[in-house]
Amino acid sequence: MRTYTLMLITTAVMAAPAVAQDVKVPINLPEPKEGQYVHQAPSVDDLMTDESINPELRKVILKGRDMFMNTQQFRGKYVFNDMNCKTCHMGEGRLNWSGPVWPAATTLPDYRGKNKHVNSLEERIAGCFAYSMNGQPPAYGSDDMLALAAYHQWLARKAPVYEKNIAGRGFRHLGNKIPEGVSYEKGQAVYEANCAICHGADGQGQKKDGKVVFPPLWGDGAYNWGAGMTRIFTAASFIKNNMPLSKPGSLTDDEAWNVAWFINSHERPQDPRYTGDARETREQFIGFHKHTRYGTEVNGKVLGQHDNTGGKPFLKPANLKPRTFE
Amino acid sequence: MLKLNWRLALASAALCSSVVQAQGVVADGQQVAMKGDGSGAPCLACHGMDGAGNNAAGFPKLAGLDADYIAKQIRDYNAGTRVSGVMQPNVDNLTEQQILDVSAYYASLPSPDTAVEAEASLLASGKVLATRGDWDHYIPACESCHGPDSQGMGASFPALAGQHPTYIKQQLNAWRNGSRHNDPNQLMTGVAERLTEQQIEAVAAYLGSLSAKAGGQ
Repeated sequence: MRTYTLMLITTAVMAAPAVAQDVKVPINLPEPKEGQYVHQAPSVDDLMTDESINPELRKVILKGRDMFMNTQQFRGKYVFNDMNCKTCHMGEGRLNWSGPVWPAATTLPDYRGKNKHVNSLEERIAGCFAYSMNGQPPAYGSDDMLALAAYHQWLARKAPVYEKNIAGRGFRHLGNKIPEGVSYEKGQAVYEANCAICHGADGQGQKKDGKVVFPPLWGDGAYNWGAGMTRIFTAASFIKNNMPLSKPGSLTDDEAWNVAWFINSHERPQDPRYTGDARETREQFIGFHKHTRYGTEVNGKVLGQHDNTGGKPFLKPANLKPRTFE
Repeated sequence: MLKLNWRLALASAALCSSVVQAQGVVADGQQVAMKGDGSGAPCLACHGMDGAGNNAAGFPKLAGLDADYIAKQIRDYNAGTRVSGVMQPNVDNLTEQQILDVSAYYASLPSPDTAVEAEASLLASGKVLATRGDWDHYIPACESCHGPDSQGMGASFPALAGQHPTYIKQQLNAWRNGSRHNDPNQLMTGVAERLTEQQIEAVAAYLGSLSAKAGGQ
């Protein structure tokens, strides 16, 4: 009984709120470079309170936002792996240094090296579905595609059209040159110390009640071999500025490169552009694949030399096609 | 070759049995929870007969929490990475087996419904933090790690839904002042220190207003 009274007193003392002093986990994100446009994307609260937006448009933007945040609702239709749009584009697609999506609305149509023709915003979105979500993009011009495009364009509100010098855009802040000395073993050590707690020792992520909480990083549930994230530099920059969650910039550049190398040394669903031979596919798309390990020998096997399309019952979505403008 | 396989089989059998031994026994854990280990207060003195804890006193609900999570917290009190003048003296003599037992016991209990009412506007802003976060201040949503509806995700991310608001506030403040620093990779520390006092109030109220799913699992 005496102990019990003591406990109550001690707890009451400890319950006094404390004030945070020194910052223990800093947010280490790069500063914008001189002359760069820094965008402040509007939030959903802005959308709800902006009376200048037609209610029908608001509804469509909200639909696009809902698709973006919970893309898994289209599992088996548009998405055939465990990804959502927000998995890579964190902070609702608004966040600088986390692949903010609004620049696609202000810088396209433009030529893209990846597919060697002038792309629209819809085509750019389709690319994410085809590669990162190992899926079948919504049809061009469909309600679903328009809703997603509307969300992108609304996030771009007040951004200058065709301004390309944008702070925090994309995932290339570490540059695209892989440093000397990166290795699978070094990356594995970084992975085990920093990533495995959420993404699992086997890289397969974690689910709860069938819902993806931490996405898989390789295997059938992950992005396929055509996804931008398979490029070592893309993954390295994403990791550097976004991982571990809530600790941007906490890994050294070297750690980010090594762990990106390690993660992207694992198998994943086939590149939709596969010719039947991974080495040949690599050569055909060398501008892209020179940054990946696809079609090269890793731990005794040629990465990507297989017919596994993951959970997707086809290789290439029909609406991924070249344009000639002739 | 056959001989080698037998050896392997024996070795893995031995490994398996040591894993089995390292599991908690619910009935033994119940004994410790009810009667103590002879040196400290029994758990029920503060955490209640049903493991429901007590909001007013800030005693956490243990019923339905993940067993490995509970066991780690007890070890962390003893290691000093989680400081509590109440808990530490009461768990310092528990054996590793007793830690596992009592953790298994509380994990096996259904989570009593202790939902606390709060003002609608407070709940609304708490819900935004729990489900969307506040990315403009680099605060991810609670559920991005603690799982759908913050019902808990494995051994590292405990259930928050249905936990007592007073306790949640205490813990967020404990991360801020450093008296709790047992989060893996400091995954909670940064989030806790970026929250404003009002946000702590709101998110604690919202999480406390939810019901934990049966067993928390």
